[in-house]
Amino acid sequence: MSPDRIVGIDLGTTNSLVAFMQGESPVVIPGDDGSNLVPSVVALDENNQPVIGNAARKHLTETPERAVYSIKRLMGRGVDDVQEELKFFPFRLAEDLQAGEVIRIKLGEKTFTPPEISALILRQLKRNAERFFGAAATKAVITVPAYFNDAQRQATKDAGRIAGLEVLRLVNEPTAASLAYGLDKKQNGIVAVYDLGGGTFDISILKLHDGIFEVISTNGDTHLGGDDIDNLLITIALDDTRGDLGLDLHRNAEAVQAIRNAVIEAKIALSAQASVKLDVELPSGQRYLREITREQFEQLIQPIIERTVGPCKQALKDAGLKPEQIDEVVLVGGSTRIPKVRALVKELFHREPHTDLNPDEVVALGAAVQANILGGGSEATENMLLLDVTPLSLGIEVAGGVTDKIILRNSTIPASATQHYTTQVDGQANVAIHVLQGERELAKDCRSLARFDLKGIPPMAAGMARIEVKFLIDANGILHVSAREQRSGKESEIQVQPSYGLTDEQVESMILDSFDSAEEDFRQRQVIEARNEASTILAALDKGKKSPAWGHLTTDEKKKIAKMEKALVSVNGEDDYQAIRKAIDALNQGTTRLAELMMDSAVSTVLKGKTMDEADMGEGPTAPHPMAKADFE
Amino acid sequence: MRAVHFCQACGKVQPPAPVDYFTFFGLPRKLNLDVAALEKDFYELSRKLHPDLNARSDSREQEWSLQQSSLLNDAHRTLKDPVKRTEYLLKLEGVELEEQSKTATEQARSTGEIKKQIVPPELLAEVFELNMQLEELRMQKKMGEDDPALIEEIGRQKLELEEKQEALLRELEGRWKMWDGMIQREYNGQPVSEEERRQERDKMVDVLNRRNYIRNLVRDVSEVLEN
Repeated sequence: MSPDRIVGIDLGTTNSLVAFMQGESPVVIPGDDGSNLVPSVVALDENNQPVIGNAARKHLTETPERAVYSIKRLMGRGVDDVQEELKFFPFRLAEDLQAGEVIRIKLGEKTFTPPEISALILRQLKRNAERFFGAAATKAVITVPAYFNDAQRQATKDAGRIAGLEVLRLVNEPTAASLAYGLDKKQNGIVAVYDLGGGTFDISILKLHDGIFEVISTNGDTHLGGDDIDNLLITIALDDTRGDLGLDLHRNAEAVQAIRNAVIEAKIALSAQASVKLDVELPSGQRYLREITREQFEQLIQPIIERTVGPCKQALKDAGLKPEQIDEVVLVGGSTRIPKVRALVKELFHREPHTDLNPDEVVALGAAVQANILGGGSEATENMLLLDVTPLSLGIEVAGGVTDKIILRNSTIPASATQHYTTQVDGQANVAIHVLQGERELAKDCRSLARFDLKGIPPMAAGMARIEVKFLIDANGILHVSAREQRSGKESEIQVQPSYGLTDEQVESMILDSFDSAEEDFRQRQVIEARNEASTILAALDKGKKSPAWGHLTTDEKKKIAKMEKALVSVNGEDDYQAIRKAIDALNQGTTRLAELMMDSAVSTVLKGKTMDEADMGEGPTAPHPMAKADFE
Repeated sequence: MRAVHFCQACGKVQPPAPVDYFTFFGLPRKLNLDVAALEKDFYELSRKLHPDLNARSDSREQEWSLQQSSLLNDAHRTLKDPVKRTEYLLKLEGVELEEQSKTATEQARSTGEIKKQIVPPELLAEVFELNMQLEELRMQKKMGEDDPALIEEIGRQKLELEEKQEALLRELEGRWKMWDGMIQREYNGQPVSEEERRQERDKMVDVLNRRNYIRNLVRDVSEVLEN
């Protein structure tokens, strides 16, 4: 029985990656375009087929209403709380959304929930891994920002399931990065991981000792990242074009995307250059030109990167540590390439940050290490263990709209708490509990996680029932609730109404849909591949007709070939894979002798005065076996 | 006596026994605790019980590993901290410290009354004055006219209170000695009266209450100073 191939996946705001532990070290698995990074961009082409990654990026500028990026920003969130996002991101919400429903966004005429979009990205990564292994990949470890709340984590797990992956563990991104770092360095000490990505910021402080990676404290901001820097620059560009060119472009999706591409390029360039020239061709044909110096850029982004200071200071405070006590600071996330960010980190922690590891890949590599540990470990990882924490306090809403904290933030997980409830009314059969996450006093200022209804309490006088409710946060940072009425010993049935999530049934139905389109995708792919093969063989036949070898064929043979050629051309236009396949095979058979003749003449031409090695088996009549049957699955 | 977390023979995780945190670590119900030894034990047990290292077991064992692991973490978190440890032991002894306070708080909130807090007598005058100063500072801040001398004075008082908090912790540790001595006598077979037990408990409850009061006061002061 072959060992489980568990992959590690970084499902990022801007880019996603899949990695795997090979021997002593983790490696990133590239896509079929050879690139390690899969942009977290999803589009629908004219046939409503999903396009993911690099291929989807051109859709962003050409057909922006059929494309979406930074979907991670919407995971596990409700319509109300994304109103801010909608101001800066071109997310088009479905028109028929009901209150309390999970968000759906529009791509063309279709609507999708954020987990479904993320699932499409995950499926792409899954395929890349399967191509790499030459075998199925169904188990994964997926990373999430450390500061993600329960709903956001559940949404990520749902996305995995929809994509056909068994998500064995969700790992916090900074913790994953520390695994990649620790595997590399094998040193004990206190490490701070500063992770500034496309959409989220995390700071985690860990103690590394004897293979144990123990998180002491974590903090962050789930709406802070490179995207905010981009949006700031886009706003300035839109103001400029309104002022200088008299154009109000902010509703022109193509223009905004063109500007966005340009500012992102400029932002990246400014990490290496002292100044850059923005030159954007607008859809109207006009050009928007502007020079930005690094100094101006740094001034502009100061308020944004300044927002990372508060969480860093809080994390240090919660850890009971001073900056001097940190041994190493590890940088994660593309935005940490910005020199101003590095300067800020140096100032905060009084030391040069560690920049050896590739900030784009380190999280995926760490996830691969964790995947290896879960799979039973290997020599490289045999002593390694992750002890992570929950980032937010878990509370219950009590009388007066106040939050009663039952599990404090930075508690090592798995963690639990037990609460006792009783009934107010004779014969009361249900008790309702409202669970929240957050540090604030009032329930309305905290994040509503879910409402739990404890049902089936045996009939008793008011106040007699003693219901023990156990709250358990598992190793993924996700909450589970169980309840028992202690007098009768009866387990209560718990109905969960997630505040921002999909129910199990909804996820189930999405998996089926996903498989259906996978079937359809596969079939389509087969037809496309067969058509490609048909084109190749028809083109080669054309060449063959022009070659001297053609003259050596009998009239009968030529007639037969012509007939098969006609048959193939005719079925090629249709959708029937089997028919195309048959026609290709027939033509191949019919042209075997032609191919042999061409080969002979090619070889003899070439070999006149040359050795086999020197013979240039290039294009055209001298190309090796033009009728070679391609091997397609 | 230690709870059996895993089978001695085959090393597989066992279903968690419903034990208290002291028993989980094989410790007597004494309040003085070797924290370094506790840490070492915690890491060793983590390596055996953590779900990550039991991910290939069947789903029943995985469930046990999840339960055991959360019990391990809860126990470690509680016993590691001197105040939490004391409060936990008192709870085991039947003193419903938290419950009393919580019920009172809930009642106060639902009726809108101010919860009756017992001010430690030795602090009465100080607390009265400090509360007045805090009120004044709050008003000043509302108008945007903070008086630096007032802020300095309040800051100084906060430091004094924090020192008192520390001193109370020392006093608590003194009470631990008495408690542990009593427990040891019990182990040695000498009887300990219910009266003595109750007295030792009450003394610790008293120290904790006084310390909690000051801790809350320090928190209120910090809030006003920082905002």
